[in-house]
Amino acid sequence: MKPVTVPVAFVPLLDAAPLVIAQEMGFAEAEGIALDLIPAPSWSSVRDMLAFGRVDAAHLLSPVPVAMAMGLGGVRQPVSAVSVLSVNGNVICVSRALEDRLRDAGYGFDFADPQRAAAALAAAGGDRIVFGVPFPFSMHVELLRYWIEGTALAGAQIEIRTVPPPLMAQAMAEGDLDAFCVGEPWGSVAVDAGAGALLLPGRAIWAFAPEKVLAVRTDWAETEPHLLGRLMRAVWKAGQWLSQPGSRTAAAEILSRSAWLDMPSELVDRALSGRFTLSGRAEQRQVDGFVGFHRGAATFPWRSQARWIARRLAHRHGLPAGPAEDAAAAVFRSDLYRLHLAGTDADLPGASAKIEGTIRHPMAVASRKGQMTLLPDAFFDGRIFDPDTAD
Amino acid sequence: MTRALTIVVVEEDRDRAMSIVDALRDSGDHEVHVIGSVTGLARKIAAHAPDVVLIDIDNPTRDMLEELTLASGPLERPVAMFVSGEAGGLAGAAVEAGVSAYVVDGLHPARLKPVMDTAIARFRMMRQMRNELAETRRALEERKVIDRAKGLLMKAKGIDEDAAYALLRKTAMDQGRRVADVAEALVTASGLLR
Repeated sequence: MKPVTVPVAFVPLLDAAPLVIAQEMGFAEAEGIALDLIPAPSWSSVRDMLAFGRVDAAHLLSPVPVAMAMGLGGVRQPVSAVSVLSVNGNVICVSRALEDRLRDAGYGFDFADPQRAAAALAAAGGDRIVFGVPFPFSMHVELLRYWIEGTALAGAQIEIRTVPPPLMAQAMAEGDLDAFCVGEPWGSVAVDAGAGALLLPGRAIWAFAPEKVLAVRTDWAETEPHLLGRLMRAVWKAGQWLSQPGSRTAAAEILSRSAWLDMPSELVDRALSGRFTLSGRAEQRQVDGFVGFHRGAATFPWRSQARWIARRLAHRHGLPAGPAEDAAAAVFRSDLYRLHLAGTDADLPGASAKIEGTIRHPMAVASRKGQMTLLPDAFFDGRIFDPDTAD
Repeated sequence: MTRALTIVVVEEDRDRAMSIVDALRDSGDHEVHVIGSVTGLARKIAAHAPDVVLIDIDNPTRDMLEELTLASGPLERPVAMFVSGEAGGLAGAAVEAGVSAYVVDGLHPARLKPVMDTAIARFRMMRQMRNELAETRRALEERKVIDRAKGLLMKAKGIDEDAAYALLRKTAMDQGRRVADVAEALVTASGLLR
């Protein structure tokens, strides 16, 4: 039978891997679909292609569907996050000038401790630090702000600007940016270009941050439930494949191809293996769980994650948090996840929300099959987020 | 009489920018500004206090404009990505033509329509030209590869150019592939064997 083609928009980044692998490794075909993966030059373009029906599904920043549900940003089209495509996967990178000042002050670039990194940066950063992020509604912004608020950087004058990742290294070289937060491989690209040094992995700030989601138009999810189910299962299986250690080399090779990331596979592999080169001095650091596609129910769209994002956005944009959180929780579709992955090996957690930030070690929780293991999800400052209590 | 609309066009290519500006000026009494360099884009746009911002849908710097849509952003009145509603199917046509429009909150659709019609027509024309150019380039590229493949065959088999081409065409037909693809495979393979 001829497979049904599903057009899907994506931005060529490491965390588009589950979509690329679903198509390249035959998981889509096994579900009787073919993914027509359309690369987009910007996140607004991905969002518009989805909203205006050019594509049926998209690789999207997790805060985008939340912001849309809250009426923030340019487009108001009901969009659903049906699963999480990836957790973590971002890095914070500083300019060469800042790197030199940090080293002169004796900072050791441990690539691990957010408090120490912030203290060093606050001391070395001068009057004002300008950070670049890929999009105003992104986990990059949320992680940066959360980190800044809870550290020595809280007293510094900070500006956050939107800059497309391929232009970040250049913007830093021209002095428009002092630092940036991006998804891999753009951090490693900047390091190899001699533009800067890596300061922190995103997961040092929040150990289990939902980074990208699989987003569909809510009306499409309702009219095409069978197609949606096939898409979700293919993508879920791709994530499972990606989580196997034996897949890493093949995954890096496939993603590096010109149709996808069009970068050397060695660069792509750094994020997959968690072995990073921090700077031009060839310092290496290992980060376990740098990016996740499967383990610890990584792809489950926890309503509490959506509420965390919504509460942060609501506070910043002066909106009442309660309605914002309710609207957000409704677009992270744990209901559709349960419905469409019921027929697979996917284990499903007993609850659809959790208190974010309480898990410090792998923890067994109740699930459909008995119990499943959730991975650490702590915030660097030890605070927790309880979705049931107002802030 | 309502005041003239202020329109900002974000376009790095000078010729393309002028072509859009000319079309817009012909369509009405608008104040049109062009922003070519992307450094500090959102602030530069805000300085013009525009009613409409036009940008190529494929422009990677579009995300820098998203800040303009926020009430807390650099503009006094936030802009919204131009969506259908009263303006009918215009939004879809705009997306298809490759132009994204950011329109200031509360601008009357009747005032917007002539601007959008003009922008859509102009972007559609430019897109067509770009596609044709890409098509021409590709055809040239393919011809080069086919010439190289012919050369390889002539040398390896001691045949003339027509025979070499006939062989390529026959192979392509037998395998249900394009001549250019067969030629490319041959050139790649011979590179490996060298």
